[in-house]
Amino acid sequence: MQYLVSVIDDTAGLATPEEMAAIDVFNGRLMAEGHWVFAGGLAAPSSATVIDNRGAEEMFTDGPFLESKEYLAGFWVMEAAGLDVALKLAAEGSKHCNRKVEVRPFL
Amino acid sequence: MSVAGAREAIIQAHHEEWARVVASLTRRFGDLDIAEEAAAEAFAAAAGRWPAGGVPPSPGAWLTTTANRKAIDRIRRENKRDDKQKEAQLLSDNDPPEPPGAIDDERLRLIFSCCHPALAMETRVALTLRMVAGLTVAEIARAFLVQETTMGQRITRAKAKIKAARIPYRVPSAADLPARVSGVLAVLFLVFNEGYLATGPDTDPVRHDLTAEAIRLTRLIRALMPEDGEVAGLLALMLLTEARRTARVSASGELVTLDEQDRGTWDAALIAEGHRLVRERLAARVAPGRYQILAAINAVHTSARDLRATDWSQVVALYDQLVRLDPSPIIALNRAIAVAELDGPEVALAAIDRLEDKLAGYHAYHATRADLLRRLGRSQKSRAAYDKAIEMAGNAAEVAYLTRRRDQLR
Repeated sequence: MQYLVSVIDDTAGLATPEEMAAIDVFNGRLMAEGHWVFAGGLAAPSSATVIDNRGAEEMFTDGPFLESKEYLAGFWVMEAAGLDVALKLAAEGSKHCNRKVEVRPFL
Repeated sequence: MSVAGAREAIIQAHHEEWARVVASLTRRFGDLDIAEEAAAEAFAAAAGRWPAGGVPPSPGAWLTTTANRKAIDRIRRENKRDDKQKEAQLLSDNDPPEPPGAIDDERLRLIFSCCHPALAMETRVALTLRMVAGLTVAEIARAFLVQETTMGQRITRAKAKIKAARIPYRVPSAADLPARVSGVLAVLFLVFNEGYLATGPDTDPVRHDLTAEAIRLTRLIRALMPEDGEVAGLLALMLLTEARRTARVSASGELVTLDEQDRGTWDAALIAEGHRLVRERLAARVAPGRYQILAAINAVHTSARDLRATDWSQVVALYDQLVRLDPSPIIALNRAIAVAELDGPEVALAAIDRLEDKLAGYHAYHATRADLLRRLGRSQKSRAAYDKAIEMAGNAAEVAYLTRRRDQLR
């Protein structure tokens, strides 16, 4: 069972060196314990481009598709036996990266 | 077997077996939805067959077998036997088998799943009342004053989330158990309080159906976890509160406060049972949690012949203990009410006024202030406080009581 752990940011700041170091340690543990699938940090929402190619021609729009105070700053994809394990890992992740996180199961 | 006898047997079986049937089916089929529907069908089948054919010697076994058959029928019907799909949808139980002696009643798995912290509180309440207590969606909707369709959707969404997010179907590990048990108890206490302090202008001031259901569920958990002090504490607290239920509202539908209650109408059997539980916890010599302390406070009240005979220094000492565990302003407010009896209304008022920032939006804060100001003869301020309390109070009996008290001010 895989879970997406989204890192939600409302501070408009990138992770500090201390936070990055803590995240690295945490990632090492995820790998060692077999929970690691993938993870990554994202550039600021202002760098986003929205593409809509459902119509006759491709449309590119500058900026995020949703303007909000809270945005996705990064994510983990974790392997966990059930929600209790995923929640525990996500709680640790939140502490290490010093941000709110959201847990969602993959289908 | 008479028809009435069969109906009685079905009601009793519903009380005693519903949760067991749902729990064992959930375990077997890994799906709350299937378990719930098959259990409901089995009880409907019993209602159809028992009056004429007689109540089977073991109603629980009959219901479980029938429900199992109904579940298999449904799975066949929906062609869900495709292994891959089935595997993807099963609730997981990745635990090694429980060691012998550990809590292994399947109903506990069900309770912990329904009260999982990843579900919203109102969802946990609805799901517990449906899956564990066996109330119908219509009954639950009525209890919480929402549309039946709304309540149905809430329960359906919860079941879908449990399945999709893989909320595990198991009793939490020993390390997580205390926190998870307190989550379950919070759900039961909320159900009880909704019954005891029913809100809304068109509801009865005390909803006995809800308090009785909460007590029944807490008794079940007590039977499943007899060693847990907080479970015993919550049960005692509910029993000692429920014992005063009839004395608490007058014939005219007005709240009767503790000092004016006819103590002769309190339920002696419930009080005796509550006191026994409190004594059991005292004898355990383990630091009590908040429900045990609240139960002990209620034990002091229910031991006294009248308000004056109440051991107020004991009550205040218990509140002091509670404040250390739970520094919430509501506990501080209740402590101040006891302080008023021990040290006088002036001292209590000073303590309460310090809580204004946090409790200005809470009707009981204003009601307590109004009462203390009344006792101090400050009628004008008291009236203003009563006005605020009446405006904020949701319980019809309480509004009636506060209104009378205000109108009696000179």
